[in-house]
Amino acid sequence: MNTQTQKVSGLDVAAIRQEFPILSEQVNGKPLVYLDNAATSQKPQCVIDTINHYYAAQNSNVHRGVHYLSQLATREYEGARDIIKKFLNAASDKEIIFTKGTTDAINLVAMSYGRKFIKEGDEIIISAMEHHANIVPWQMLCEQTGAVLRVIPMNDDGELLMEEYEKLLSPKTKIVAVAYVSNSLGTINPVHRIIELAHAQDVPVLIDGAQSAPHLKVDVRELDCDFYAFSGHKVCGPTGIGVLYGKQQWLEQMPPVQGGGDMIKVVTFEKTTYNDLPYKLEAGTPHIEGGIGLGRAIQYLESIGLDKIAAYEHELLEYATEVIGGIKGVRLIGTANQKASVLSFVIDDIHPHDIGTILDQEGIAVRAGHHCAQPVMKRFGVPATARASFAFYNTKEEIDALATALQKVIEVFG
Amino acid sequence: MADLNELYQQVILDHNKKPRNFKALETPSITQEGHNPLCGDHITLQLEMDGDVVKDVGFQGSGCAISKASSSMMTAAVKGKTKAEIEAIADEFIKMVRGEIDPETESNHLGRLKIFAGVKDFPARVKCAALSWRTVQAAVEGSPDAVSTE
Repeated sequence: MNTQTQKVSGLDVAAIRQEFPILSEQVNGKPLVYLDNAATSQKPQCVIDTINHYYAAQNSNVHRGVHYLSQLATREYEGARDIIKKFLNAASDKEIIFTKGTTDAINLVAMSYGRKFIKEGDEIIISAMEHHANIVPWQMLCEQTGAVLRVIPMNDDGELLMEEYEKLLSPKTKIVAVAYVSNSLGTINPVHRIIELAHAQDVPVLIDGAQSAPHLKVDVRELDCDFYAFSGHKVCGPTGIGVLYGKQQWLEQMPPVQGGGDMIKVVTFEKTTYNDLPYKLEAGTPHIEGGIGLGRAIQYLESIGLDKIAAYEHELLEYATEVIGGIKGVRLIGTANQKASVLSFVIDDIHPHDIGTILDQEGIAVRAGHHCAQPVMKRFGVPATARASFAFYNTKEEIDALATALQKVIEVFG
Repeated sequence: MADLNELYQQVILDHNKKPRNFKALETPSITQEGHNPLCGDHITLQLEMDGDVVKDVGFQGSGCAISKASSSMMTAAVKGKTKAEIEAIADEFIKMVRGEIDPETESNHLGRLKIFAGVKDFPARVKCAALSWRTVQAAVEGSPDAVSTE
């Protein structure tokens, strides 16, 4: 089975695993089986070394000094922005805004675009499978402006009802914000069609790419999204850094939400002139090593190839769906036709937290809980699920270990 | 190393499957809610008081095996007890699951509740075991707010 896997996807998974030091760790006396990649990915040695090297040899503040180190740090940091621009195929570096992460990026759009363009009676469309990060910022905006939140419903497999979406779109709609891939269900949403329908009514679309960036090659110009947000730590990069891509035409019109250093051209007590993009939306000393580390992480993913990663992870998901879904008493939550790397499940009469604790004793890391998607749990009538989520460094043997451990869970509670 | 068998003892599994006093009371004197927001554990606890003494008790809700078994055994333990006695046991129970007292060497009123001592080796599960006791604490103290463990 494995030989076949490697032939089809062309990934040398054993060699890849060697590049992730944490994968050699033991947990509770067992080899770590890390299946919580949708929460955060592990980091390859090259990213760890890049961050280390930054502090050992390059540390300085950016965009300020005439001295050698400041120029070096600026070159590295802006070089990372350029890597990200090419990764997304954005038209310009001006369209790449560094943020703290996906949550920060969505909040920036809600606060900046929202305050400028959204007023009482306007409508914002999100979907029934959003992460709290793509619900709450819009709710806050609705509270502040009197706008109304509309939600695209989904079917029992966890697929959006596109005909309902079409009905929700109206002249009142001012923005559509949906996840490319659901973190709790794994559904890959038809974002091309979602964007096309919104654009037909001149409505911009924000894509929450937190779960798509690690798995799917995204070309923002081909996709034609107006905003795309993702987090560094889910793509093998550091925490605390993320990206908001925005079409320049929107970003130019958006007011800063934070004032401070770096985002200005001229400051007097009478008036301040803001800096150009992207700096206008990046106040203060940035997360320099985070940006540089993220750039390195993206280079690393591209050296493997996003297409190969997607193909291999799809095989892992199909295998896990068969092996885990086949265990008596296991019910999969999220059975969409198009899925990526997430297997959410419940077991009859056993709470996900008990599953999580027993798996942890076997060295297996999964997420147990509501996955910051409480409305999704409510929709499926479960308080929580257990979630195994896969990365390109996982193996079918690890899925077998999960299956064996789940049998043990069922035995304990038998 | 933490021992799974210490956590999921037969008595705990049995209370999880067949929780005692899992019912709504017809004439409760006190109704108290408790939540673990992160886990989604939820308990509604009802006490029927006769003066200072718990005459009847019932709970409803959903949660993991640890939280459900803890709720079940808590209800069995508080029936017939005074408010002061309940507060003393709740205090000892919470200290035990946090590893702050050792029920084998230090005197206590925990009795059968000692089987929850193994929870201290599973830090992520302490709040599951403690939820029902925090809820009954709030109930006898007359707290107006729902209990939240976060």
